[in-house]
Amino acid sequence: MPDYSFILAGKAGDGIRQAGALLAHLLARLNYRIYFWDDYPSLIRGGHNFSMIRASDYPVQTFADEVDVVLALDEFGAQEHGRRLKSSGYLLYDSDGFKAEGIGIGLGSIVKRLGGKPVMRNVAAVGAISALVGISWENVESVVQGLIRRDADLNLRIARAGFEQVTEARMKVERLDDQPLPLLQGNEAIALGAARAGLKLYIAYPMTPASGILHFLARYEDELGLVTYHPENEIAAVITAIGGAYAGARTMVGSSGGGFALMTEGVSLCAQSETPVVFVVSQRPGPSTGVPTYTMQGDLHFVLNSGQGDIVRLVVAPGDPDEAFVWTAHAMNLAWKYQISAFVLTDKNLSESTYSFMSRGDEVGWEEPKLWNGQGEYKRYLMTEDGVSPLAFPGTKNVTVKATSYEHDESGITTEEPDRIRAMQAKRLKKRGYLVRELSSMETVKVHGKRDARVALVCWGSTKGACFEVADRLDLKVIQPVVLEPFPAQMVKEALEGVSRIIGVEVNSTGALCRLMSCHGISVDEQLLKYDGRPFSVDELLRSVSQVIS
Amino acid sequence: MREVKLETYAENTWCKGCGNFGILSAFTQVLKELQDQGLPLESIVIASGIGCHAKIVDYINVNSFYSIHGRVPPTITGIKLANPNLTVIGFAGDGDAYGEGISHLLMSAKRNIDITMVIHNNQVYGLTTGQFTPTSPLGFTGRSTPRGSIEEPINPLEIMLASGATFVARCYSGKLDHLVEVMKQAITHKGFAFIDVLQPCFTFFNTYKLYNQATYVMDDHDPSDLESAYRRAREWQGQAEAKIPLGVFYKVIKPTFDEKLRRGKAPAHDKGVPDIASIVKPQR
Repeated sequence: MPDYSFILAGKAGDGIRQAGALLAHLLARLNYRIYFWDDYPSLIRGGHNFSMIRASDYPVQTFADEVDVVLALDEFGAQEHGRRLKSSGYLLYDSDGFKAEGIGIGLGSIVKRLGGKPVMRNVAAVGAISALVGISWENVESVVQGLIRRDADLNLRIARAGFEQVTEARMKVERLDDQPLPLLQGNEAIALGAARAGLKLYIAYPMTPASGILHFLARYEDELGLVTYHPENEIAAVITAIGGAYAGARTMVGSSGGGFALMTEGVSLCAQSETPVVFVVSQRPGPSTGVPTYTMQGDLHFVLNSGQGDIVRLVVAPGDPDEAFVWTAHAMNLAWKYQISAFVLTDKNLSESTYSFMSRGDEVGWEEPKLWNGQGEYKRYLMTEDGVSPLAFPGTKNVTVKATSYEHDESGITTEEPDRIRAMQAKRLKKRGYLVRELSSMETVKVHGKRDARVALVCWGSTKGACFEVADRLDLKVIQPVVLEPFPAQMVKEALEGVSRIIGVEVNSTGALCRLMSCHGISVDEQLLKYDGRPFSVDELLRSVSQVIS
Repeated sequence: MREVKLETYAENTWCKGCGNFGILSAFTQVLKELQDQGLPLESIVIASGIGCHAKIVDYINVNSFYSIHGRVPPTITGIKLANPNLTVIGFAGDGDAYGEGISHLLMSAKRNIDITMVIHNNQVYGLTTGQFTPTSPLGFTGRSTPRGSIEEPINPLEIMLASGATFVARCYSGKLDHLVEVMKQAITHKGFAFIDVLQPCFTFFNTYKLYNQATYVMDDHDPSDLESAYRRAREWQGQAEAKIPLGVFYKVIKPTFDEKLRRGKAPAHDKGVPDIASIVKPQR
């Protein structure tokens, strides 16, 4: 099967991410399925950045250990990544800066000769790689034109000059007989899923790796018909979202663990006031500031247990942009149906990696919550069969909407009466049963691979990418709960029928999903845990799983 | 006057003599007058934080959000951003707005979001039974400062002027007519309006005598003059012997944050679902 891997490396500020995006789009244009990991340290200039791009006819969702081409804009990049080359691979480098064993091209002089800025070496590099792997100039031209608006002609001339420096193609990346798919980052898919379910107000304080949602929505505010707002801190973000939802607008907030820690008083306020808000939590290695621009799945139990008091919540952990799109929309609709908070748990890998996106875009939309029918006196916290009180919003004639952080009666007036306290808490908890019932008809657990396999990999979130591929190669089964609260224990158990060995695969140090499953009577036989800030490469997981099952 | 019941059935649990009663009756009066001027009652939303002040939302039969400590400004910011047709008024205590939530108060003033903040400033935590707050005088003896507070109080008016509030006023809950007049101006002000209401805590810090003697309503101040506003705000820095000026210190009209941010959108009234095909498309 065609399976190509590329590394583009340089210093921060060298335009490595843009070069990666150009190459990823070029390969997507040739109908490849793409995974693109953007590796960068937490700084603006200097340091070392690299883009890892994998293209295949298989739906790849993680990188491989060995690569076909390394493009290095600095000497460190050549040394660091040169050793990852396959024996048949090629090192391309900027011979104006240093000497290495490979194909040197004077990228710096091309840019100088054509009057470009130093960063435009990245476009020359993409031209050179394309020529090296046999991608036609027409393809390069249209992708550069499509993606670069600023100094478009100059960039095109520089790309062309880079392309012409490689006179002979050493490989031939053929066009695949398939449909081209759009490329999307997980954060973008989350943003679009929310927008399809009626998001009207996105409020966030910047924090890597969640900031991409804010940037994307701010850019597309008008196309998506919504408002974005960057307030003074995460506390303001969540409380503003609660105020907005109380007034009738669908709102969402997003952060990483540290910012979400500040939001937890809001989680609790959502629960007591029965205000629906969607929280996106994009995980990175902790504790505390941790490793800001790398990945981890360490915040599951923090999110499951966030907020004081007994709280009904929905927690979903999509594993790729298609799941992120659909499940963020579900999270929004279910939050409003049950007047609860819903959490979309992602991580740096899903949030900031780029993937081929298969959804059409119209799979999800606005679902109407339970609205007040206008009969009788309105009571915000009316007791009902399913615990869900009809919604009305301030501004409605003859209606007084009283929401509150205190325990309250049906009208929303503070109470300390024992019977009312018990009844109101029971009312809120009741909603969980109806939520569980609704979720039972949805695909809350993804089951992949060989149906009757004796060995199953159990994973969640972005780790599914490596797990699916390894399972396909080794004829195993993968069980991936997408909903983590209410935990679909019954469905996981059904999926485990006939399985004699369960291997938990997680990117954290304590096996968060394994612990959650053990609460539901499911014990895992082996745990493969990785916690160095990087996701599993397919080869790495293949080796680990093979070792365990041999 | 229209016959609308503005009270709820909630039992009022403020202490006898509490300054909050003055604020409640002034606000009730303002609501009646605003209704008479044609503002529909359903378009009014009030919010409060946590503390004795906050019970006010339980006592008034209008839309309300009984929020959490320090978070009144973001609560009503969200409401105003979602629905521009609503008139939103936040009530907060001095511990609430000047302690726990000061960043929100400053930033709301800076943005000039079209909301009103009424601060019930009694210079003490009442509900948690008598600790010092950011406005308690130096030497205040409370349960957390048994040897007297060692901190100078803040001057909320100066802080609001410096933060860019477009309406800055001080009132006294014991001067009801003046409070009604200023509250009405604040609520109808387009932009961020702030009133620091001096309000004695009868149980933990009884300041009636001081306020009755020291407060006076300014009649020689031009509220469009920012420099003069600073000077008048500095007349009283919390000391016992000074005179305490009341009235509107500063007022200016500027574009509001919510209008600039929303750019004509109405989030709460929009059920639109965007077509994302123009954003998500393969490279051709």
